[in-house]
Amino acid sequence: MSADVDLDNVSIRFGDFTAVRQANLKIKGGEFFSILGPSGCGKTTLLRAISGFLDPSEGEIRIGGKSMVGIGPNLRPTALIFQNLALFPLMTVAENIGYGLRVRGVAKADRSAKVKDLLNLVALPDQGAKRISELSGGQKQRVAIARALAVEPQVLLLDEPLSALDLRLRQHMRNELRSIQRRVGITFIYITHDQGEALTMSDRVAVMNAGVIEQVGDGRSVYDDPKTTFVASFVGENNDFEGTVVSADGAEAVVDTALGRLKGRRGEGVKTGDKASLFIRPERLRIASNGETPVITADVSSQAFEGNATQLFLRGPADKMISVSLSRRDDLGPIATGQKLGLSFAPKDAVVLATGSTR
Amino acid sequence: MKPLSAILIFGLPVVVILGFWAMALFDRRNATGPRTATFIERNGWPVSIYLILGVGIWMLVLIVLPQLYMVDYSFHPKLPSSARGGPRDFYTLQNYQYFLFGSTQSTAEWNVTHLNAFWMTIVISIFITILNFVICYPMAYFLAQVGTPGQVRTYMLLLIIPYWVNELLRAFAFGILFGTGGVINKLLIGAGLLGTPIDFIGRDIALYAGLTYAYLLLMMFPLYNAIEALDHNQVEAARDLGAPWWHIHLNVVMPFAKPGIASGCTLVFMLAAGALAAPLVLGGPKSLWFTPIVYDRFYQAFNWNQGSAYALILLLTCIAFVLLVMRLFKVSFSEIAR
Repeated sequence: MSADVDLDNVSIRFGDFTAVRQANLKIKGGEFFSILGPSGCGKTTLLRAISGFLDPSEGEIRIGGKSMVGIGPNLRPTALIFQNLALFPLMTVAENIGYGLRVRGVAKADRSAKVKDLLNLVALPDQGAKRISELSGGQKQRVAIARALAVEPQVLLLDEPLSALDLRLRQHMRNELRSIQRRVGITFIYITHDQGEALTMSDRVAVMNAGVIEQVGDGRSVYDDPKTTFVASFVGENNDFEGTVVSADGAEAVVDTALGRLKGRRGEGVKTGDKASLFIRPERLRIASNGETPVITADVSSQAFEGNATQLFLRGPADKMISVSLSRRDDLGPIATGQKLGLSFAPKDAVVLATGSTR
Repeated sequence: MKPLSAILIFGLPVVVILGFWAMALFDRRNATGPRTATFIERNGWPVSIYLILGVGIWMLVLIVLPQLYMVDYSFHPKLPSSARGGPRDFYTLQNYQYFLFGSTQSTAEWNVTHLNAFWMTIVISIFITILNFVICYPMAYFLAQVGTPGQVRTYMLLLIIPYWVNELLRAFAFGILFGTGGVINKLLIGAGLLGTPIDFIGRDIALYAGLTYAYLLLMMFPLYNAIEALDHNQVEAARDLGAPWWHIHLNVVMPFAKPGIASGCTLVFMLAAGALAAPLVLGGPKSLWFTPIVYDRFYQAFNWNQGSAYALILLLTCIAFVLLVMRLFKVSFSEIAR
């Protein structure tokens, strides 16, 4: 069974420091929901509040429509997977997974049957008798997931559980987590600072910065349609061209930058005269074709061939660095470092956001 | 001294050392994997010699040899020093016989006074150990897992500073506290809870309190160290999985802290059973702790041979008991020394 998680104006303060400011979230039952943000943005604090280890200073958390005020972590329908997993080192794999059931007084036979099912679910069949120290990083990960799922939580909370794994395993576990989530069908709330994880796994992502949830949406909308300068620069690579808005009417805005006047989509509330940035993704920039008037002219400063793409770093006017990602389809063959290139982009692919815009 | 005693005293340590040496060699020969640097290669000759001599002298000269002398003493009759090694000097069990039967000749009656004192010393030491654990565990848990660094510093200082006062003075202070005209009785009477003062000393309550307090830190620090090493996330994980607090302590914290618990309990038990100052100062007229009896064998009866036997009985019983308990709780020596 899965449950909705609602955060209603949740603020969390430690003394004078506000770790989370008026967070509002409606996480749907069965959703894979990620909270993405840099370290120290308050995402773990928020997760600890949902799991019940700390109380919000203001606001209310509801799980399955029920207020969680005054309900301790041991009585909430949530299970938490810790960043360092926090497996019990003196217990075997099976004892770890069965701990929650033992606490609930489940009979030994039922317990071991359940543990067996869970070991199969996380692809560790017949490993129950092993000690935790005998497992690899990925296996420990699976045991932690199985231990949390054993108590049949309605919401599974994951605090950057993949951060300790190496890259390959991390990518593998992403798929694994996603498929486990589909099979058990409960709500997953996943905390991460890795935008790749957030974008690939989640149904929806909340981007958080300095205690504030800046934007909520599916991966595509957060990536393609950032609402704040923080989201634009934190999620994925982005070129940030600062300047002053010289015209803003209808759906487009023009910013006067060091690279000249650049046109992009008009972000919410952008007015003429505002300090603003035009954001354009490296892969949305292309080399201007012959006869076309380039939007930006710059010198190639360095380049990196990555197989499926080529990264170009160009030095524009006023030493402004520009990053361009050319897919093989646009590949023009070898480009000499120092060569002058004309760049172009479609205004609909760029967005103009007022500097310091927050939610 | 007879040649046999000399062999016993000087030969045994050599045998023990050679035994360990042989075991180490055997171990190395059967070791798998890459050969690691030897002790001497790692530390260099000067440091190695210092370490071996330092530890060797400490262990052998200061601990093993005197103890072996005591073992030897305990199997000889009491004799003036001129008669030692003479015709009247022989190996005998009479000192041990005296402990059991109160006489070196007859075995008709049990030595009730001494046996009782011995038995009570062991039982009450166990009780004091448990009491110490019950007092220290919550404090150690708080300091190791809950308290802020500032709180921990303050509490530690408050715990340590009283131990700057020497043991005898502390024992006398407890005497003043618990005396019939002492602070506690005065308070209780003043509060109208009591009509006549309670004889805490006569009922040995003062002694138990004094002994409990005397070794509090020796329980506290091993517990604190062991619990501090526990990742707090494990406590939270257990709680998140629905465990009530007592379940977490019994199944997560205590198993983890078992080496610390074992080392604290061993220290407190050994030291309480062997305590001398507190029983001498706080013991009531009827109470008999075993150590004052041992002391009396040496300095009242001037029977060093009997005293040695008594001391050895206490030592061996304590060691046996500790080994038994360690076995029961499946704790190894290496864990205790961690």
